[in-house]
Amino acid sequence: MSKVEVFRQHHFEDVEQQHEASWLGMWVFLATEVMFFGGMFACYFVYKHWYLQAFAAASNHLDIWLGAINTAVLICSSFTMAMAVYSAETNRAKPLVRYLLLTILLGLVFLGIKLFEYHSKFEEHLVPGSSFKFEESLARPAEIFFSFYFAMTGMHAVHMIIGIGLLTALVLQARRGRFSVVYHTPVELTGLYWHFVDIVWIFLFPLLYLLGRHV
Amino acid sequence: MNLSEIERREHYLNVNYGIRSWLFTTDHKRIAWLYLLSVTVFFFIGGLFATLMRIELLTPQGDLVQAETYNKFFTMHGVTMVFFFLIPSIPNVLGNFLVPMMIGARDLAFPRLNLASWYIFILGGAFTLMAAAAGGVDTGWTFYTPYSSIYSNTHVVLTVVGVFVTGFSSILTGLNFIVTIHKMRAPGMTWFRLPLFIWAHYATSIIFILGTPVIAITLVLVGLERIFRLGIFDPALGGDPVLFQHLFWFYSHPAVYIMILPAMGVVSELIACFSRKRIFGYSVVAFASLAIAVIGFLVWGHHMFVAGQSVHASMIFSLLSFLVAIPSAIKVFNWTATLYKGSISYDAPMLYALGFIGLFTIGGLTGLFLATLGIDVHVHDTYFVVAHFHYIMVGGAVMGYLGGIHFWWPKMTGRTYPEIWARLAALLIFVGFNLTFFPQFVLGYVGMPRRYHVYPPEFQVLNVMSTAGASILAVGYLLPLMYLIWSLRYGAVAGANPWRARGLEWQTPSPPPTENFDRTPTVTEGAYAYEKDPEEIYTLGKPAHV
Repeated sequence: MSKVEVFRQHHFEDVEQQHEASWLGMWVFLATEVMFFGGMFACYFVYKHWYLQAFAAASNHLDIWLGAINTAVLICSSFTMAMAVYSAETNRAKPLVRYLLLTILLGLVFLGIKLFEYHSKFEEHLVPGSSFKFEESLARPAEIFFSFYFAMTGMHAVHMIIGIGLLTALVLQARRGRFSVVYHTPVELTGLYWHFVDIVWIFLFPLLYLLGRHV
Repeated sequence: MNLSEIERREHYLNVNYGIRSWLFTTDHKRIAWLYLLSVTVFFFIGGLFATLMRIELLTPQGDLVQAETYNKFFTMHGVTMVFFFLIPSIPNVLGNFLVPMMIGARDLAFPRLNLASWYIFILGGAFTLMAAAAGGVDTGWTFYTPYSSIYSNTHVVLTVVGVFVTGFSSILTGLNFIVTIHKMRAPGMTWFRLPLFIWAHYATSIIFILGTPVIAITLVLVGLERIFRLGIFDPALGGDPVLFQHLFWFYSHPAVYIMILPAMGVVSELIACFSRKRIFGYSVVAFASLAIAVIGFLVWGHHMFVAGQSVHASMIFSLLSFLVAIPSAIKVFNWTATLYKGSISYDAPMLYALGFIGLFTIGGLTGLFLATLGIDVHVHDTYFVVAHFHYIMVGGAVMGYLGGIHFWWPKMTGRTYPEIWARLAALLIFVGFNLTFFPQFVLGYVGMPRRYHVYPPEFQVLNVMSTAGASILAVGYLLPLMYLIWSLRYGAVAGANPWRARGLEWQTPSPPPTENFDRTPTVTEGAYAYEKDPEEIYTLGKPAHV
């Protein structure tokens, strides 16, 4: 049995078929994810259209610098993720582990900054609910804006946490030398997922943080 | 003796024994059984709530339960039947069993994901049953805001979590089917040689993966609104409850096609087999499935003609709803044309298929009434709507499911069911169904609103007819439960191909071996070459590697 054959599951004819199936499966899953976030984006656009002024005013209460730093952090993490996939493809085990760890670290930095932002929104009474305070004339639609802010960034953060979990599993497997030039599908697919989660943020950042500056 | 004939050979049922070998199986055929057992349980739970409602509606007064309890009955009936029976029934039971077998694969592309989908389904079901046990939920299966998000004092969150979780089992199943159909077809199994059952499941899977995530995020938003007071649908803040309805129906209308498309796939197989003919206009029927899936995504607004949606939007949705009738009608005409000059036999599966065609036609045509703006305003939220969608969901989807279960029962178990009893049950179901639901068309048209436990005395005769029909229907549903279980032990040995069908799944022993085919088959013809011998269509290739 060749080295490649070790990784073939019993129900596939050959490793290539298995690889293609996994690849297609991940893309189909990402299509699902697009629709998942798409539902929220659609709602956001409806309300932005109705309450543009209030949304812009509320958007100005977000810290554009923290948002920008987080955007940079995520773009860097996409780069380290791509380098992890490249390391696996070129059979370099040590850089693979290092890049995966770096990606995890950047993900954690992002979540840390996000947590800090949530905390300050709490202190500024910008969390929807009975303690919400905002300039009276715009208060009610602004509360909707912050509902979106927490729902959308919250869902994004949940995806980041899942991604970090997947990356941790990859690190453990990579340490045991499971991935090499002949078999590294899990690294590639986790990479696809990670990039997708980054792209969601690339849309969230202008919609939530930059809206106020634009209007 | 019969027993030894099946047991002498190793197959997927006797390859190993014990509860662990089932709960940790990754064999798509065994997972189909896990689903079969679970959806059967949910079917009878949903049926129990229906029975309670029909008993309450025997008399005009509310003498069995109060209004609040009745609200919980119809909610629990809708939630269990829609999310835990109709949506998973054909795809997860028959689809799971048959998709790999029909295309000549050894399993679905992701067997562990397939098992995970069943556990997710069970988890979602557990949440929903917990909600029922804790006192139920009264929002209706549609969870309309702001009632569900703010005012209802029942277990909305628990139910919504249950439905949300179950959605992922649909998504994973759809993903598995799409990848399997793309990547795992046997040599020679080209797209236009695929059975129409596979086309139907492909179309269904598209709805699974594109529609389900939208209901998922919508229910998340409702849950967040209820728990954390986020205010996306809250009218007090300027939020729009109708927006919830848009999102809800964006999934839930296509969900109707999740229920009916697989049933159409089953019926195509049955009609061809019991007419001994090729399906008339094969490729048109195949594309009609895709057309229904695509257009089905663009008609959701017809649920909201009286919800304050713009008239222009309503007109467009009305037009698009008429459009979706075209591929549906194409299928009905093509099945009828297939019957023409066929050598028809009336075995139980065929009785269900013929029943399906008639009832689906009535359900579909009354759907056109409802797509018409003026008529919909008159019959909206009346029993006319209830009757219409039960003709599609029960008369269509459940008939297709039962027809399929009977047809493939010999393949799944290696044994045949008792034909006389099965024909009797099919007949009882057809009669009982019509007696239950046809009076509801009349009731709705003369103005009885849905979701009330009391009604004016002049509606009683029709309601008594409906309840009488429901009791016949109940007997019809209990019969298969009994004789199918009986046949597991006492049924006659079926053999590989008792119906002399031409599909690939019949060219392997019953019950099939764990890897479905002892040797990978090569396909040279479409699935309906009834004028040829199976040996001319399929050749067995190299032995499957172990």
